[in-house]
Amino acid sequence: MTARREKIVLPLIAVLLGFLLGSIIVIATGRSPLAMIGAIVKGFTGIDLLNPDVPFNPRYIGEFIIQAMPIILTGLAFAFASRTGLFSIGAEGQLMMGSLAATAVALLVKAPKVVHLPLVLLAAILAGALWGAIPGLLKAAFNVHEVVVTIMMNYIALHVNNYTILNIFGSVDRIKTAPFAPTALLKDPWLESITNGSRLNWGFIPVILALLIFSFIINRTTFGFSLRAVGYNKEAARYAGMKVNRNIVASMMIAGAFAGLAGAVITVGTFTFGRALPSAEGYGFDGIAVALVGGNEALGILLAGMLFGGLKAAQPLMQSQGIPREIAGIIQASIVLFVAMKFGIKMVLQKFERKQAPSTEGDRV
Amino acid sequence: MTFEMLLQMFPIALMFAAPIILTALGGLFSERSGIVNIALEGIMMVGAFTGATVTVLLEESTPAAAWYGLLAGLAAGLVFSILHAVASINLKADQVISGTALNILAGGLTVYLCQIIFHQQRTRAFSNGIQKMTVPLLSRIPVLGRMLFIENYPTIYIAVAAVLLTWFVVYKTPLGLRMRACGEHPQAAASMGINVYRMRYFGVLVSGALGGLGGAVMVLTADIQYTLVSIHGTGFISLASLVFGKWNPFGVLGAGLFFGFSTALSFYAKDIPLLASLPGEFFYILPYLLTIVALVAFAGKSVGPKAAGEIYDSGKR
Repeated sequence: MTARREKIVLPLIAVLLGFLLGSIIVIATGRSPLAMIGAIVKGFTGIDLLNPDVPFNPRYIGEFIIQAMPIILTGLAFAFASRTGLFSIGAEGQLMMGSLAATAVALLVKAPKVVHLPLVLLAAILAGALWGAIPGLLKAAFNVHEVVVTIMMNYIALHVNNYTILNIFGSVDRIKTAPFAPTALLKDPWLESITNGSRLNWGFIPVILALLIFSFIINRTTFGFSLRAVGYNKEAARYAGMKVNRNIVASMMIAGAFAGLAGAVITVGTFTFGRALPSAEGYGFDGIAVALVGGNEALGILLAGMLFGGLKAAQPLMQSQGIPREIAGIIQASIVLFVAMKFGIKMVLQKFERKQAPSTEGDRV
Repeated sequence: MTFEMLLQMFPIALMFAAPIILTALGGLFSERSGIVNIALEGIMMVGAFTGATVTVLLEESTPAAAWYGLLAGLAAGLVFSILHAVASINLKADQVISGTALNILAGGLTVYLCQIIFHQQRTRAFSNGIQKMTVPLLSRIPVLGRMLFIENYPTIYIAVAAVLLTWFVVYKTPLGLRMRACGEHPQAAASMGINVYRMRYFGVLVSGALGGLGGAVMVLTADIQYTLVSIHGTGFISLASLVFGKWNPFGVLGAGLFFGFSTALSFYAKDIPLLASLPGEFFYILPYLLTIVALVAFAGKSVGPKAAGEIYDSGKR
C-alpha cells in the first residue's frame, strides 16, 4: 500500500471499527443500534428515517455545523503543535482563555459591529496564543514535557475563567454574565431562519479562514518548513541552523491562537453571554481526535471535524431514543484508539493482501 | 497558622495523598518497564466508577461494601489497562496517543454505564464510604499519634504499605531488576534472555491495578458518589508526583504528601489570616500550579527510565 493511500484507508478503517465497537456496546447494554444509527443520520442530514411525519428538519444541519466549528479549530490547534513534534493537550484551556477574552471585549468595549466583532475575535486569538506560550516557554527553557503542563494549564484556565466571570463581570445568577451587545455577536437572524431556528452563525467564516491559514503556513512558507523540520528531527534542525526553541514557542502560540478563536466562536456565536463552567467541556480532547483522524492536515481536519461534530449533534437525539449520549464519546475514543493502533491494522491488512496474491511470494523464490 | 491547625489538616491531607501515592506507584511500575502511562487519569476514573457502583449495590447486604468496592476498583483498573498494554506493546501504538484515547474512553464509558445502571449521569450516592479509624496503642504516641493514628482513613496505611512493597519488588527482587532493565535498555535486557513483552505487560497491568485502586480510594474517601469530575486531574497530578519523586517509591511518597497538603490547604485557607483574603479559586488552582512548579524545578535533574515511551523494536541494537 502506498503512503498516500494508507493515509486515507487507515483512518477510514478506524472510523468503521469505532462505529462497530459502539454498536456492539449499544447491543450489549440492551439498546437498539438501529435507533443509534437513525439518530446519527438525523444529526448529520436532518432527515428523520424513523418518523415519516416530519421527514426533514434543516435545524439539525445548522446544529451540526455549530458543533463542528469549534472542534475543527481545536483540531487545528493540536495538529499545528503536533507538526512541530509537540503533544499539546492544552487546547481546552487556550479555548477557555480565548472565550474569557472575547467576553471581556464584548462586555467592555462599545463600538460599531465592523470594529467590535473583529476586536472580540482578535482578543480571543491573542489570549489563546499567550496561554499557549507558557507551556511553549517552559518546554524551550527548562525542557519540561508539554503534556502534563498543558493539562495543568487547562484546570488553571477553568478556575481563572470562573473567578473572572463570577467576581469581576458580576454574574447575576452565578452562572453567566449579562448578555453581550449585538455588535459583538456572530449571530444572524437570516442564518437562523434558513435553518429553522438553529444556532447557526457566521462563525464558519473564521473557521474556513483558519483552515486556509493553517494549510498555507505549514505547506507554503519557510517558517512552516522549519517548524516541520523541528518536528521530524530536533537535533538535525538545530544542526541546520534552525532556531528550535523559538520554533517550539511560536508553534505553541499559533496553536493557542486557533484554540482561542474557537473560544470566541462558541462565546459570541453559539452563546450570547460569558459562562462560568462546572468543568471542562471536552473541546480540547475532541480536537485531538479530530486532528489524529484527520492526519494533521487541513482537509482531513475539516472532514474529521464534521464527522465528530455530527456525532456530537446526534447526542441529544440518541438520548431521546433511550441510548445514553455518552456513546458518542465512546465511539470517538475507540476511533482514536484504532488510529493509534494503525501499525497493527497495517499488519493485518498486509497479511490479507498477501493471502489474496500468493503468486508474488512464489516469484521471489 | 497555628500548630493546632496543622494537626487538624493531617486527616484531610492524608486522605488526598493516599490516592495520589497509589496511582503514582502505578505509574512507577509502568514507566520503569518502559511504557509511559498517560492513561492513569482514565484508569482512576474506571476504578472510581467501579468502586462506587459496587459499594452502592452491596451496601444493603454487607457492612464491608466499601472494601469490596476498593477490590472491584483495583480489578477494573487492571482490566482497563489491558487495552493500553495491547495497543502500546503488541500493536506498537504511540503510547501518549493510546493513553489519551483511554482517558477519553473512560469518561464516556463510565458515564454511559451510570446511565444504564442508575438512569442518571452519576452513580447513586453511597451512604458509607471507607470509614475513618483510630489505631489502638499507636494513637497514644504524643503528637505523632494525633497526626497519623487518630481519626484517619486507613487508605493512607494501604498507600504506605504499597510504597514499601513497591520498593521491595522494584529494588530487591529479580523481577524488579528485570523490569527496570526493560525500561532502561530493552534490547540489552532481551539479549540477556528477558522477555521484554512480558515485563512490560507486568508493568502496565500493575499500574492499572494500582491506578484503579487509587481511583476507588479517592471516590470512597473524598466523595459521596462517582461523577464525571470525581477525579478532576488527580491522575495527571500522580504522573507529576512520579517525576517530582524521581521515579523512586519513597520520592513518590513525599511528592504525594506534598500534593495532599496543598489540596488540604484550600479547606483551611479561610482560617489563616494571611491567606484568607485570597479568592477560593486560587486554592483550587494551587495543586495544578504546584505541579507545574515541581516539574520546572525537577525537569532538568530528573532521571526517568531511558526507554520509557520508546516503541520496543526487537531488531534495533
